[in-house]
Amino acid sequence: MGSLTRKAAIVGVAESDIGSTPGKSPMELMAQAAKRALDDAGLKKEDIDGLCWAAFGGSILDVGEYLQIMPKWCDSTQYGGSSFDAHVGHAAAAIAAGLCETVLVVMGTTNVAGRELNVPRGGGGGAGGGERGGAAFSGRVYGLGGPVTNYSMAATRHMHLYGTTSEQLAEIAVATRKWAMLNPKALMRKPITVQDVLNSPMISYPLHLLDCCLITDAGGAVIVTTPERARNLKKKPVWILGFGEHFTHNAITYMPDITVTPAVESGNAAFKMAGLTRKDIDFVQTYDSFTITTLLALEDLGFCKKGEGGAFFANQRTAPGGDFPVNTSGGGLSYTHPGMFGIFLLIEAARQLRGECGERQVEDAKVGIANGMGGLLSSAATVILGRD
Amino acid sequence: MQSRPLPKPLPFVYPENKPFWDGTKRHELVIQRCKDCGKFYFYPRTACPHCLSENTEWVKTSGKGKVYSFTICVRPGSPAFAGDVPYNVAIIELDEGVRMMSQITDCKNEDIKCDMPVEVVFKDASPEIALPYFRPVA
Ligand SMILES: [Zn+2]
Repeated sequence: MGSLTRKAAIVGVAESDIGSTPGKSPMELMAQAAKRALDDAGLKKEDIDGLCWAAFGGSILDVGEYLQIMPKWCDSTQYGGSSFDAHVGHAAAAIAAGLCETVLVVMGTTNVAGRELNVPRGGGGGAGGGERGGAAFSGRVYGLGGPVTNYSMAATRHMHLYGTTSEQLAEIAVATRKWAMLNPKALMRKPITVQDVLNSPMISYPLHLLDCCLITDAGGAVIVTTPERARNLKKKPVWILGFGEHFTHNAITYMPDITVTPAVESGNAAFKMAGLTRKDIDFVQTYDSFTITTLLALEDLGFCKKGEGGAFFANQRTAPGGDFPVNTSGGGLSYTHPGMFGIFLLIEAARQLRGECGERQVEDAKVGIANGMGGLLSSAATVILGRD
Repeated sequence: MQSRPLPKPLPFVYPENKPFWDGTKRHELVIQRCKDCGKFYFYPRTACPHCLSENTEWVKTSGKGKVYSFTICVRPGSPAFAGDVPYNVAIIELDEGVRMMSQITDCKNEDIKCDMPVEVVFKDASPEIALPYFRPVA
């Protein structure tokens, strides 16, 4: 048993209103998600003594002030959409060390509402960091744009090296949509086919529109606490069994190998801590900013060999009814994606392990994995979760 | 009334990267090499990222390399590029081992391949700045 195994548990999860939330600010969505997660756990705001948060800009001081949470311990690690998965690992360590007892991990962005109001949205994506150093050579002068233009380069080389096809990537979008059709909260619930994905407009070769995640408003919240407190709350504890994180670069130009993500390191660390093998996993929730993100994650977490990701997704194996459930909420591709998706992986994993997922429930789910990937395939944070 | 195209973004020139842009203006592709550990590196930094030595030098590269990967932007990456779609953006791996973001020129987008050999060419982006591009080697 590893250093953090069963030393902390997720006891409350919730998302805010999602999709288009006209007039809302990121902070309003955060407060809404936090309230719902507290209610889910049966906790009061006064019980919170640790705070974690990340956004593209701003300070945790602002969040604490807005929510009137004055924590003993905090973490605003920000390395993209995987930050919240890292926060849960860091929170488990802080709780195990006795630095605090109950941590709120919270986020909110208003990509849609903010665009309408022309105000800061708290979302976005891509590499930041000023215009000195590497950002001065980001590719901006050649017309390189947001995340899709970067992730597409990973897909191009994966196709070149391993013969991966657009049809294989499309299988991922189709399977994820089938899960969304079973999730009443998911935003995109019309069935799609592989041909629909291939016929959708090319955005940045080789990725089509339906290879890309949604752009939505959403907030999310996850509450982590001690084993003692976790055993005496409304819902059954969802135990943190293993955790690992890693990052390798900011700009994708400097990714050591554009087809190998930091999930290799984060995944190995998480499995080692949990003392589990890949065969012990009942479902995978993994960041799907794009179809290629999911494919690379499944390879790098060790569920198939490097280069075999395309074949792995054949015949809708990861869809409802398949033998390998992936992204059972409908993922960033079809459920919601507010620029940073990592917290929603934890929310869905917790709901699956509690058996709350209705039509999309993975039968007898005991152990699941949430794997965040942030930045431009820059960072990965892997959390292995289990129930009693 | 005809609308003028938006100006394309230009690189930011700072003390630590000025020798690179002075080089492209002379139509030379220069990068840094560490005199302590002997390794090349890019992007420009005062300290070598391999060993953090500041004992570094600028050296002229062969200007040759290969396409590491690329994309073809069908939607413009920023509004200034709206008139250029579809256009490519590519990561080039120089023979010296470093990578840089650039664009393939003198080549149809559909003919670009990963690992294709390329060489540097320069195009003026303003009276002060020349940008490096890469074209296929025959
Ligand atoms: Zn050195």
